[in-house]
Amino acid sequence: MAEKVLMKGNEALAEAAIRAGCKLFFGYPITPQTELAAYMAKRMPKIGGVYLQAESEVAAINMVYGASAAGKRVMTSSSSPGVSLKQEGISYLIGADLPALIINIQRGGPGLGGIQPSQADYWQATRATGHGDGQIIVFAPSTVQEMADLVASAFDLGDNYRMPVMILADGLLGQMMEPVELPEPLGDAALPARPWALTGHHGQRSHQVVNSLFLDAQELEDSIVRRFQRYEQVRKNEQRAECYLTEDAEVVAVAYGAAARVVRSAVNKLRQEGLKAGLIRPISLWPYPVDVLEHQVGISKAFMTVELSMGQMVDDVRLAVAGRRPVNYFNHTGGIVPTPEEVAVALRRVLAGEELHIVPFHSKLKGEQQ
Amino acid sequence: MSAPTTEKQSEKILFSRPKALAEVLTNYCPGCSHGIIQRLVAECLDDLGIEGRTIGVCPVGCSVTAYDFYNCDMTQAAHGRAPAVATGIKRALPDSMVFTYQGDGDLASIGMAETVHAATRGEKITVIFVNNAIYGMTGGQMAPTSLPGQVTQTSPYGRDVAAAGYPVRVCELLSSLDGVALAERVTVNNPKNVRAAKKAIRKGLEYQMEGLGYSIIEVVATCPTNWGMEPKDAFEWLADNMLPYYPLGVYKDIKAVGGSAAVADEVGNG
Amino acid sequence: MAENMNIMLAGFGGQGILFAGKIIANAGLIDGRQLSWLPSYGPEMRGGTANCSVCLSDEAIGSPLVTEPDALIAMNLPSYERFVSSVVPGGVVIVDSTMVGTCTMRQDIEYYTVPATALAEENGLQGLANVILVGKLLSATGFSTEDVVKRAIDKSVSAKHADLAEANKRALAIGEAWAVQEC
Repeated sequence: MAEKVLMKGNEALAEAAIRAGCKLFFGYPITPQTELAAYMAKRMPKIGGVYLQAESEVAAINMVYGASAAGKRVMTSSSSPGVSLKQEGISYLIGADLPALIINIQRGGPGLGGIQPSQADYWQATRATGHGDGQIIVFAPSTVQEMADLVASAFDLGDNYRMPVMILADGLLGQMMEPVELPEPLGDAALPARPWALTGHHGQRSHQVVNSLFLDAQELEDSIVRRFQRYEQVRKNEQRAECYLTEDAEVVAVAYGAAARVVRSAVNKLRQEGLKAGLIRPISLWPYPVDVLEHQVGISKAFMTVELSMGQMVDDVRLAVAGRRPVNYFNHTGGIVPTPEEVAVALRRVLAGEELHIVPFHSKLKGEQQ
Repeated sequence: MSAPTTEKQSEKILFSRPKALAEVLTNYCPGCSHGIIQRLVAECLDDLGIEGRTIGVCPVGCSVTAYDFYNCDMTQAAHGRAPAVATGIKRALPDSMVFTYQGDGDLASIGMAETVHAATRGEKITVIFVNNAIYGMTGGQMAPTSLPGQVTQTSPYGRDVAAAGYPVRVCELLSSLDGVALAERVTVNNPKNVRAAKKAIRKGLEYQMEGLGYSIIEVVATCPTNWGMEPKDAFEWLADNMLPYYPLGVYKDIKAVGGSAAVADEVGNG
Repeated sequence: MAENMNIMLAGFGGQGILFAGKIIANAGLIDGRQLSWLPSYGPEMRGGTANCSVCLSDEAIGSPLVTEPDALIAMNLPSYERFVSSVVPGGVVIVDSTMVGTCTMRQDIEYYTVPATALAEENGLQGLANVILVGKLLSATGFSTEDVVKRAIDKSVSAKHADLAEANKRALAIGEAWAVQEC
C-alpha cells in the first residue's frame, strides 16, 4: 500500500490526473481552483507534459478539444464563472464525441457571485452544460481521497463512452487537505487506444475527421440518436452512490460533495439520539443514481435534500421518488456551509412529520418570518 | 472519379488535381476565391510531402466543411477558436504540421483573442486567412474587414466608421508581435499574384517545419455572391478598393535581412 | 490514542495560522488518524484575518468546517472575539497574550495564555509564535506526542526551508514548557 500523503483536494486532482496519463493541461486562473493549475505548472514540464495558461477559458477548452482530437488524455479546470465560458467548447466536445476531463471547483454565483464553496452549478453540469442535446458524465467527490480516485474513473469512462466527464467539486473540497493514497501511475501502454484520433494518416489510412457539424438533418439526428444510445448504457452501468445507515432509515437525507459531509455529521448526531436517519450520497450526478433512490422509497418515510444552492438536485430526487414520499429540502447558497446542528434540527422536524422547504432567509427577514 | 486516360503515354500532364485535395465537389459559389486558395494549400502539402503528418482546422464560415475537401486529417473548430484548437493539436503532437483556414469574421472578429494570443505565443502553426471583407456563409453581413462605406446587409447605408469603427488590418496588427515568424498579405486576382500567394503559403508551412513560430498568410479575396458582382467585376473591385486599404507585401519575416521593421517600412512606402 | 478533536486556529494573515494547522494535521497523519485541514481562503489571505479548521478523529470526518471547536488558538483579539463563544464547554483556549492583550473570559473553558510573540522575539525565533502556541496545545491537550509533532514539523516545512525545522522544534519546546498563566 502506498504511503498516505497530506494534500489539498485541488492538488490531489492534479496529481491523480498525471498518474492517469493526462499529458496536457490548459487553464486560466480563477479562485478557488488555483492550486490545481499551479500544481500542473510545476509538474507537467517534469514529466514531458504540457501546461499552458490560455488567454481565456474559451481558448482553454478549445485547446482541450484540439489535444483530445489528437488522441491525448487532456484536462482543464476552472470555477463556476469560468465554466460558463467553457460551455461552448463542452458542447463541441459532446458533438465531436471527444473525451476530456473538466474540473469545476464551484463557487457562489450567479455572475461574479462569491468565492466561497457552493453547489449552484448542478443544473449547469447535469442539464445545460452547453447548447444542444447532450450530456456529460458528472462525478461529485466528497473527500480528497475520492477526488484522487474519481480522476482515473473519469478518464476511463470518457474513453469508453467517448464523452466529456466533469468532476464537480467546490471550494471547500478544493482547498482542504486530507490524507490521500495516490493511485499508481499508469504507463502510456496502459492507456486505451484512440483509433479515431487525428494523428496524421502517414500514408497508412484514409483521412479522418473530428467534427460536430452535420448539415443534413437526418445525419444529425442519427448521430445524436447513436450518442443517446451510449447514454443509455451510461445510465445503466455507471450510477454511483454511497448509502450511509440507510437500511433502516425512516428519514433519508440526500446530499453530495461538501454538503454530504455535513449531513453525515448530522446523521451521526441523530443516530446517537436513537433516531433512524440515513444519508444517500450521489457520487455520479449524471447519470443520477435513481436505482438507489428507487430502493429507498420502499424503506423510508421521507426524504430531505441538503444543498449549497437554492435547491437544484432536489429536482432529480423528486423525479426518482415520483410523488410516493415527501421530498423536503434544506439549503444554504454559496458561501454559507450549514452546520451539522442545523441539519440535525431539520432532520428531526422531518422525522416528526413536518414538511420542510427551507431556503435561507435574509438575515433581516429572518426574525419576521420565523 | 478516375483520372482521364491518356491516349498517348508520352503526353505530359501540365495540370491535375493535387493529391492532398479530395475528389469531392466543393460548396463554394462560382467565382469564389476559396477554390483557388484551397488548391494552393493542397499543392503546398504535396510539394512539401507533408500531407501524411498534417492536421487541418476548419473555421466557421464558408469553409466550414473544408474538412471534406482535404485528404489530410481534419477537424472543425467553434467559431473563431481555430487557433486554440490548433494549439491543442500542435502541443499534443509537436511533430505534426497544423494549419488553420479562417475567414475574416472568424479570425478578426470573434476569434481575435485566440488569434492574437496564438501569434504572440509563437505557436508553431500556419494560418491561412481569407479576407473578403464580408460574412459569406450567413449571407453578406458587415465583417471586421469591411471597408469604410461598404454596403452590406448589416451596413445598408455603407459602413459608417463613426458608428461601426474601422476595418482591422490584421497583418499590420500581428506584425508587432514577437511570436510571429511570418505575416504576409497576398491575393489571387491574377496568375502572377496566385503564384506569389502559393509561394507565401509554402513559406509559412516551411517556417512551421523549421519551428520558427506562428505564420499568417492573409489572402485578399472576393465574394462575388455577397458583393453582388460578376466574378470578373469582383476581382476589379478587389484591386480598386481592397488593395489600397490592404496593401500586399511582407509585414514580418524573421528571416528577412534587416528584420521585420525594415520590411514593414518598405511595404508602407510601396 | 488521543481523543477526537476539532481545532480552530485564527489570527492575522502572515502569522502562520495555516502552517500551525498543517503541523497538527501532519501529526494526525503520522499517528494514522483521520484528519482534515481547511483554510479560510480568498481576500482574507491578503493581510486580513486568517483561520484554519483542523479535525483529528478516529472515524470518518464529516464537516471539515469546525463550528464548535474543542480547542481554539487565537493569535489576535478580533479572532479571539469571533470564535471564543463557539468553543464547547470544557474546551481549551490558547491565546497569544502579546497580541490579544486583555480579554473577557468564559468561566466554562480552560485558558492557557502564552506571550508567544514576545517569547519568539526573546529567543530569536521571530515569526514562530504560531509554533510556540502549537507546543502549548500539545502539552495542554496531548493531541499527539512530542516525538510525532517534531516529525510533523519536518514534514510541514518545505524542502526549500528545511533548515528552519530546528528553529520550529525549539519553538515547539518553548510552548510545551510554558507554565500556565491566566490573562
